[in-house]
Amino acid sequence: MSIIAPLRQGPLARLNPVAKLGAALIVSAVLLVSIDWVSAAVALAAELLLLCFAGLPSRTVLLRTAPIWIAAPLAGLTTLLYGRTAGVVYVQWVFVEISDGSIALALATTLRILAIGLPAVIVFMTIDPTDLADGLAQVLRMPARFVLGGLAGLRLVGLFADDWRALSLARRARGVAESGAVRRMLGQAFALFVLSIRRGSKLATAMEARGFGAPIERTWARPSVFRGRDWAALAIAAAVGGGAAGVAIAVGTWHVIVTS
Amino acid sequence: MTIDIEPGERVLLLGASGAGKSTLLAGLAGVLGGDDEGETLGRLEIDGADPRSVRGRSGLLLQDPDSQVILARVGDDIAFACENLGVPRGEIWSRVREALDQVGLTVPLDHPTAALSGGQKQRLALGGLLAMRPGLLLLDEPTANLDPEGVLDVRSAVAAVLERTGATLVVVEHRVSVWRDLVDRVIVLGSDGGVLADGHPDAVLADTSNELRRAGVWLPDTRVSAPAEISLSEPLMTADRLTVGRGAAVRGGGSKRRGRRTRRTQTIALPWHADVVLREGSALALTGRNGAGKSTLALTLGGLLPAVGGLLRAEPALAGTASSDPATWRSRELLTRIGSVFQNPEHQFVASTVRAELAIGPRALGAAPTEVDRRVSDLLERLDLDRLAEANPFTLSGGQKRRLSVATALATRPRMLVLDEPTFGQDANTWSALVQMIGELRAEGHAIVASTHDAEFIAAIGADELRLAASVESSGTVAADTSKARSV
Repeated sequence: MSIIAPLRQGPLARLNPVAKLGAALIVSAVLLVSIDWVSAAVALAAELLLLCFAGLPSRTVLLRTAPIWIAAPLAGLTTLLYGRTAGVVYVQWVFVEISDGSIALALATTLRILAIGLPAVIVFMTIDPTDLADGLAQVLRMPARFVLGGLAGLRLVGLFADDWRALSLARRARGVAESGAVRRMLGQAFALFVLSIRRGSKLATAMEARGFGAPIERTWARPSVFRGRDWAALAIAAAVGGGAAGVAIAVGTWHVIVTS
Repeated sequence: MTIDIEPGERVLLLGASGAGKSTLLAGLAGVLGGDDEGETLGRLEIDGADPRSVRGRSGLLLQDPDSQVILARVGDDIAFACENLGVPRGEIWSRVREALDQVGLTVPLDHPTAALSGGQKQRLALGGLLAMRPGLLLLDEPTANLDPEGVLDVRSAVAAVLERTGATLVVVEHRVSVWRDLVDRVIVLGSDGGVLADGHPDAVLADTSNELRRAGVWLPDTRVSAPAEISLSEPLMTADRLTVGRGAAVRGGGSKRRGRRTRRTQTIALPWHADVVLREGSALALTGRNGAGKSTLALTLGGLLPAVGGLLRAEPALAGTASSDPATWRSRELLTRIGSVFQNPEHQFVASTVRAELAIGPRALGAAPTEVDRRVSDLLERLDLDRLAEANPFTLSGGQKRRLSVATALATRPRMLVLDEPTFGQDANTWSALVQMIGELRAEGHAIVASTHDAEFIAAIGADELRLAASVESSGTVAADTSKARSV
């Protein structure tokens, strides 16, 4: 299985996965309403403060969130150079235009990507897929067939990677590894597709052989309970989102992006 | 066909490939599609009811260990069946512990299923079935993908379960010897849909009419003729303290041209090194438990993975104008030198018809169209594939796919042929065809390397054995010089 094992330490590990998912969604939803730097900065500051109490190993956190730390400034830089022009223009060269407007927008973009991306990555770092499936089916009452099918399918992702490797090696053995890269990739992708369907139908048979889809009310071996601390996590998320919006409205930078 | 199986009977179901053994098992397990997926004639009943309506009365164990693991943790995987059948939560976990105990798996409940060996995965799947407390156990070639130790594990787990529960057993298997002592009835299905033979194992397996042998069934007394004496000559490849591991794939000539080495940072070397000399006409069998590195060594000797340490040298008789390191060859340079046949033939198919599949290699070498046609028709005839020339390779049966994948490697006449588990899940007919072909190739001076669990196959092709260690404790040097044995 290629899915990275979840971290099982700190207060986050004791939360229901559904609560963690909900908390991340609440913060993201608030931040997607406006595009201003104040609300994003407040949310990010609150998140970093909470992260200090999460008890996760800092090295692992840094490694797993690295893509966001790299992507956010890059997106900011692009906005800085090409963002909508407003106010004083400082630099103008071919399509590049750096102005008061693009500087503000760049800052807001960078902070916003960090404030939305960090909690998402950290939440998923601590969620075990099996626990999430239990939560989705038992707490949110999503259909068991759908949730468990997805969970079992997830396990096949690791096998796909092995298949892809074997397909590449086999093409070298067949003497066609150096000709027509695009056509070869398409052919290889199609072969992977065929193999995936085979594996999927075998897995489906194995699941049916163990009574999956039987016309019987299903029971759950692992209870998934939504406790007080899960409600507290949602409340903290609402406070972070509400606080960020409140500060931004108070200082007058809140700017709802509904129409352009 | 009309068959009655009494409660508590232990039945071995035999028959040629394509006779419908697996379909019958799937029908008994209630996992065969409804009327919208095909036509149903006649009746199939378990305890007098439609199998689809009495889920959990029968449990089906399939061949491939990998595609039967459903969840990430051992306990959850076994509990899955109980959940589906609506067993109350309190009872589920006692059933899980009981099932683990019955199949002899002594791992914690939260043990990751990905870390189990093939034999353990099969026992886990069996445990998942037992937790349903089925009255009928259906096993569809449950040991075909396992090493000899894994086969024994699964067999003794099944024996213990039958002893304790008195369940009815129906097992499908090509290799009769594995289940011979455990069953009290043998049913043989004919390829035309009828029952060829049915009765006590001794009576049926005596095979008075020779029908079983023709159907490709492995009989316990199948004689394997001794391989012919073959003279060995020039060395083709030498491995000196070679260590192997899986990591970045070889990019062929490209990496050399750009003056860049293939990255090997993520490669983990296996805990042994190999000294091997491969000569013209030699045969070497790589053996060892699942996970010992047989396939990795085969891929490395085949020039598909770079050596991790030590030396792998293609001798002038093999390399010709190319360099001495097969991993740096372009894929076209490999064609006439080393042919590789993968464990799963489907990985190797790149064309839409059998004929086009065989033509790929010769065409990549730039052979004239008439020469390509000649080689293709020759191979089609030799491997009994001529009736299938226009079929899609993915639609062939298991045995036909195996023969085609060997044929694609032979089409470019490589000096060395590397086969990964060539006899997995093959019936006796394909097996003999492979043995005969390898004998002919050796006589023509080709060298053969095969990774395999199949001791009869090793004996039949007269190969030397190189046994690989799976663990660090038993690591060390493994050595084989194919010139020492059987040279004339």
